[in-house]
Amino acid sequence: MKRKLTRKIKEGAIETILFLSALSSVFITISIVVVLSYESFGFFKEVPLIEFLTGREWTPLFAEPKFGILPLISGTLLITSIALIVALPLGLTAAVYLSEYAPHRLKEIIKPILELLAAVPTVVYGYFALLFLTPILQKFIPDLSGFNALSPGIIMGIMIIPYVSSVSEDAMRAVPMHIREGSYAMGATKLQTAFKVVIPSAFSGIAAAFIIGISRAIGETMVVAIAAGGMPNLTANPLEPVQTLTAYIVAVSLGDVPHGTIEYKTIFAAGMTLFLMTLVFNIIGFWLRKRIREAY
Amino acid sequence: MVKELKAEVKKLNFYYGRVQALKEINLPIERRKVSALIGPSGCGKTTFLRCFNRMHDLYPHNRYEGEIILHPDNVNIISPQMDPIEVRMQISMVFQKPNPFPKSIYENVAYGLRVRGVSKREVLDEKVEKSLRGAVLWDEVKDRLNHLAFDLSGGQQQRLCIARALATNPRILLFDEPTSALDPTATLKIEELIVELKNEVTIIIVTHNMQQAARVSDYTAFMYLGEIVEYDKTDRIFTAPSNKLTEEYITGRFG
Ligand SMILES: Nc1ncnc2c1ncn2[C@@H]1O[C@H](COP(=O)(O)OP(=O)(O)O)[C@@H](O)[C@H]1O
Ligand SMILES: [Mg+2]
Repeated sequence: MKRKLTRKIKEGAIETILFLSALSSVFITISIVVVLSYESFGFFKEVPLIEFLTGREWTPLFAEPKFGILPLISGTLLITSIALIVALPLGLTAAVYLSEYAPHRLKEIIKPILELLAAVPTVVYGYFALLFLTPILQKFIPDLSGFNALSPGIIMGIMIIPYVSSVSEDAMRAVPMHIREGSYAMGATKLQTAFKVVIPSAFSGIAAAFIIGISRAIGETMVVAIAAGGMPNLTANPLEPVQTLTAYIVAVSLGDVPHGTIEYKTIFAAGMTLFLMTLVFNIIGFWLRKRIREAY
Repeated sequence: MVKELKAEVKKLNFYYGRVQALKEINLPIERRKVSALIGPSGCGKTTFLRCFNRMHDLYPHNRYEGEIILHPDNVNIISPQMDPIEVRMQISMVFQKPNPFPKSIYENVAYGLRVRGVSKREVLDEKVEKSLRGAVLWDEVKDRLNHLAFDLSGGQQQRLCIARALATNPRILLFDEPTSALDPTATLKIEELIVELKNEVTIIIVTHNMQQAARVSDYTAFMYLGEIVEYDKTDRIFTAPSNKLTEEYITGRFG
């Protein structure tokens, strides 16, 4: 009797703890959104939304400040695009190799190495881009400035390969063997089977992997802050210095802007923009992943 | 009519690693007839069928011994010199569970042709229509050829897989329990189709359903523990089997 009672109390206590920790993460998320909204609301009381969204200059710290977010958005999108041009094809190729070709033993070696790419601190990547890749690129592209979008974009692409490849590989391996056999039975080669049947079958999972890669690239801070130069620049030219939303946020946070000023509030306006951008991609990714489960 | 052989299995042994799954199999395959393989679960029917299109080559440690001679070329399709892809180009297969690709109905049927490098629209159009008609599916899908194959019912998907297998004019068509995942109406349709198809192509069908074997096949081989116990005309196997085991199996005393 007594044993049963203690067990019941124990179970109850554990359940409560689990519930509270789940609740706390929900609570923290909600508070972040509330603080972000509150502070950006303060910002938009002083700066009209239309100026924020259409202004072509972002110079909040100048004597005559301008609050157009477009240069930061363009910087973010430019670097993200470069990163994706590197990461998506390489990540997908790696996934095809790992899922369809690699012998088991080799896979056991390659996978941890790939995952190590994601474990390197991003500061290291940042200085690698600035001090190693940029000088090399300058030998081929004389016009490339010391700070630019290209070099951190490429490095960021390499950094997110493992995110893209591991989720894509999982999706491809989840394709049932009898679908592959159907292709082989029609006389298809391994390559044809991989590209014409396995990839389309794993489409939603691969798309989800791409979305994860995109969110990761948009949210990345250190590499850009170090190697892209801190200049908001409305351009599509990868050879010029740019600034991203994240890089702006660290740059301003590191300086000593007084609490409550408009400069201080720009952090939250930029943060809100970033939050909404990643949210959109995550919602798309969530929706796609739900669809994979329905496919089989 | 003179009997004509499409293939001949001679002293076939097959091994999954060290485990022998087929033992000393000898069997003639009559041209443009339906040959059925029956026997209790695990006796090696699927294993045997998958030798004909070298499916076992997809997995490591599998080994064939002996010969499957394909006529009239007289080549041994299981010899190591024979390219498995070359074999699969000539011998098609329909699986136990419908396995259409995540593509349109049209592209599913065109798949084998595209794999062979055919890309001319007129050629593809013609072959796709012919194969879908051959699989008695044309009327049901002709207005929605670019719909996803998953939109079809299970029975329709299986007929789509048959159309896909027919599109490349195979010399032998293999069926591995093609109706085991289907309802009785869909099953009946597939059975009628198989009987129809033998006018054009040699068929080997695995089934654990004896009524099905009796309905669709001309010849039947009864397998047990990796061996062929008895092979004869289907009506003889079902009315006057000469082997005691066969008789016990078809009268439902085991299996
Ligand atoms: N991939 C495999 N590896 C090892 N043994 C197998 C494999 N597939 C089937 N077997 C074995 O081979 C025998 C024949 O199986 P199978 O051909 O599937 O029989 P059936 O189709 O008549 O039910 C069974 O004993 C089964 O366990
Ligand atoms: Mg079987």
